[in-house]
Amino acid sequence: MLWQDSCKMSARTAQIRFVSSHFEVYEPCDDSFALVDALLADRINLLEHRPTVCMEIGCGSGYVITSLALMLGQEAHGAYYLATDINPHAVRVTRETLEAHGVHAEVITTDIASGLERRLAGLVDVIVVNPPYVPTPEEEVGCDGITSAWAGGENGRSIIDKILPVADNLLSDRGWMYMVTLTANNPSEICLQMREKGYAARIVVQRSTEEESLHIIKFWRDFDSQVEANEMVTTNRAAPTRIVESMLSQFPRLPFWKYGNDSCN
Amino acid sequence: MRLLTHNMLSSNIKGVTNGFPLRIEVEKVVEKPVDFNADFLKNMFAKIEWKALVDASRILGYAELPDEAEPSMLDSDDFLKKFHHALLELHLEEGALVCPETDRRFPVTKGIPNMLLHEDEDINNSAAFLNADTV
Repeated sequence: MLWQDSCKMSARTAQIRFVSSHFEVYEPCDDSFALVDALLADRINLLEHRPTVCMEIGCGSGYVITSLALMLGQEAHGAYYLATDINPHAVRVTRETLEAHGVHAEVITTDIASGLERRLAGLVDVIVVNPPYVPTPEEEVGCDGITSAWAGGENGRSIIDKILPVADNLLSDRGWMYMVTLTANNPSEICLQMREKGYAARIVVQRSTEEESLHIIKFWRDFDSQVEANEMVTTNRAAPTRIVESMLSQFPRLPFWKYGNDSCN
Repeated sequence: MRLLTHNMLSSNIKGVTNGFPLRIEVEKVVEKPVDFNADFLKNMFAKIEWKALVDASRILGYAELPDEAEPSMLDSDDFLKKFHHALLELHLEEGALVCPETDRRFPVTKGIPNMLLHEDEDINNSAAFLNADTV
């Protein structure tokens, strides 16, 4: 396959024409492209980071994990890729997409990382996640099939809030996480939660479409954040305001920051 | 499913305290060649439960791994090649993973383990787990 040879020569992402599909599986869309663009934008850092274990939570069509594997290389570069999805159709489609691109990731049908949390704790260097972030009635959360790809419950946060502690448990000391969020998810509050766990954050890609405003946020373990968060817990009741302010200054140009509790659309 | 993944999976059923390693039921094994990378193996070695890997590779029909391993063995090309083969090239294509405590079977189909639980088996349904880290 000639195109596979050529992909070794430059940064490549998954080709839409080779991405498999199924009517119950979310197809690559603006949010998937924004996440892959964020990984591409950070590719040099990722290559220098030399992750040993990379994982996608909620792999859907497989477009993102395939792109990551193409971008960073396979075992020859020393990386082990894992992808999970709660939707069995999605996991099968992901495997087909990976095979069509000649790359490998281990795929597992499971809820977030259930079954992996004990042995994989502290081992994952890179997590990518495009969670179900669309605000929906709570009853739609946990539905089967394609609904599981987008139904996010109140403020679109039900699944995100389950993923955050799991990711914290899985990430290694040098772990990074790239997450897609919608303005309605209140990303500033997500960053604050992660800060309390000792993570710094920055926005890698911001993109507005007709329907939604997306931010791809990168989290990484940051000793200073942890110290600050611990101080907040143990000594200083007024500190949360200070932390929020320091985060505000970190993302000065974001309109949602001032209107953190507004939902979009 | 590679044996590396088997080495990372535990039974996730509510109430199970010793869910590792999952027993393997074999219907079909496939071998797929993987580029050799000594650094990757050296990185992963410390993270591997060796006995679980040895037992799993024997069940899949590969009996070349020594019963015990220590970091000094990573200097041996012969050892690394066997470790590489067992960890990355042997795949459980069809079969099942079985919880050592409850005998609950998790099917493996087309190389994909299905770890989904029924609601009454799911530890995440207990409020304590979810609320532990949220305010």
